[in-house]
Amino acid sequence: MSDMVRLIEPLIPALRRYARALLRNPADADDLVQDCLERAIGRWPQRRAEGDVRTWLYAILHNLAVSQMRQHARRGASMPFEDAPEAILAVAPNQHESLLQRDLTAALDALPEEQRGVLLLVSVEGLSYAEAAQVLAIPIGTVMSRLARARDRMIQLMDGERASAPTGRPLLRRVK
Amino acid sequence: MTVRPITEDDIQAFVDERLEAPRRAEVEAYLARHPELGRRVERMRRLGDALRDAFAPVTAEPVPAQLNLAHLMEARRRPRLPAWQAAAAAVLLALGGIGGWGLRGTLSSPMTGVDALAQEASANYAVYAPDRLRPVELAASNSDELARWFSARLDRRVGVPDLSASGYRLMGGRLVATPHGPAGLLMYDDPRGTRLVMLMRPMAQPGDAPMREHRAGSATGYAWAQDGLGYSLVGASDPAVLHPLANEIRRTTATNT
Repeated sequence: MSDMVRLIEPLIPALRRYARALLRNPADADDLVQDCLERAIGRWPQRRAEGDVRTWLYAILHNLAVSQMRQHARRGASMPFEDAPEAILAVAPNQHESLLQRDLTAALDALPEEQRGVLLLVSVEGLSYAEAAQVLAIPIGTVMSRLARARDRMIQLMDGERASAPTGRPLLRRVK
Repeated sequence: MTVRPITEDDIQAFVDERLEAPRRAEVEAYLARHPELGRRVERMRRLGDALRDAFAPVTAEPVPAQLNLAHLMEARRRPRLPAWQAAAAAVLLALGGIGGWGLRGTLSSPMTGVDALAQEASANYAVYAPDRLRPVELAASNSDELARWFSARLDRRVGVPDLSASGYRLMGGRLVATPHGPAGLLMYDDPRGTRLVMLMRPMAQPGDAPMREHRAGSATGYAWAQDGLGYSLVGASDPAVLHPLANEIRRTTATNT
């Protein structure tokens, strides 16, 4: 059991980061991580001892996030009224968030769910391609193609928006 | 010397700085010859930096108490109280404080079976019986509709017992929430205005449970289960009056439903 604490605890900040990047709302993200940790505690005895704890935790978290995002998508317009202001706040700017970040997160939110997961796991969480494939239960080839598409799509969304903005606000430094 | 062709996978791995040195040199040379692709790679690298920067502050935040692993493990060892049960307990605690039923002690261990039913009936009696404005939602004149409503929500045929032979008139009823799902609440009164309530809901266990007397403050109740449906009759009347009434209801519902 102390083994479990020793192996899981250092990973919690990164799990929070992945959940936050996927869900954007901090409270929802932490609830998701809590759910993930509870499951991890419950399933710890059945875990394959030789398996990597980090990949295992990301997989639990990712699956919970996907099922939650799909539920939200299904509910769609009938989102409870009291949830709406918070959901709007989640993408609203705050004083710590630059215009660049706002465009970045808006583009991220616009990505198809399966591309977003790959991009975040590889770019932000620093998982190897093989680990990302394991977390998402997809072949490495699929990881690579989704990664390429996610990057191109993000850049297109961010730079394309700038091109169409008449004010020409500097979102990202233009490539020379 | 034959050089393996540069693939899109190489480009992505180059962006992520995951290529072995020899291959990295090959890709670098290739990009130098293809400046447009070089710009795309540069742009993808900056995208990665921007993403990491955007979410890096999260890992610097202190981990909230709700994610304390020791607490979560401890909570797992204790019997879990689901959120709705905790909320229901909070409501009962608040009501207990107001009504002075002294329910607090019993709430620390979640009740089951007829005991839970008795507690739910007492709580509803305390809330609805003193209500002067709207003690019932559907009046007795709609007793057929009441029976249909209860039957639909309790998912089984439920009758409305007639206690007029014992001097109690049906006032009406309403659907109420319990930690075990919906329940039908009926209210009766006698010519002096003394009110009784009867709560009915399906039990987790099928079959019968013997009648049990329960007390909460000045109210007395009798709870039992019959064929998987739980009943609890609660009132401030003398047990000598209530007990025969409960027996009467048990006898008639056995034949009616």
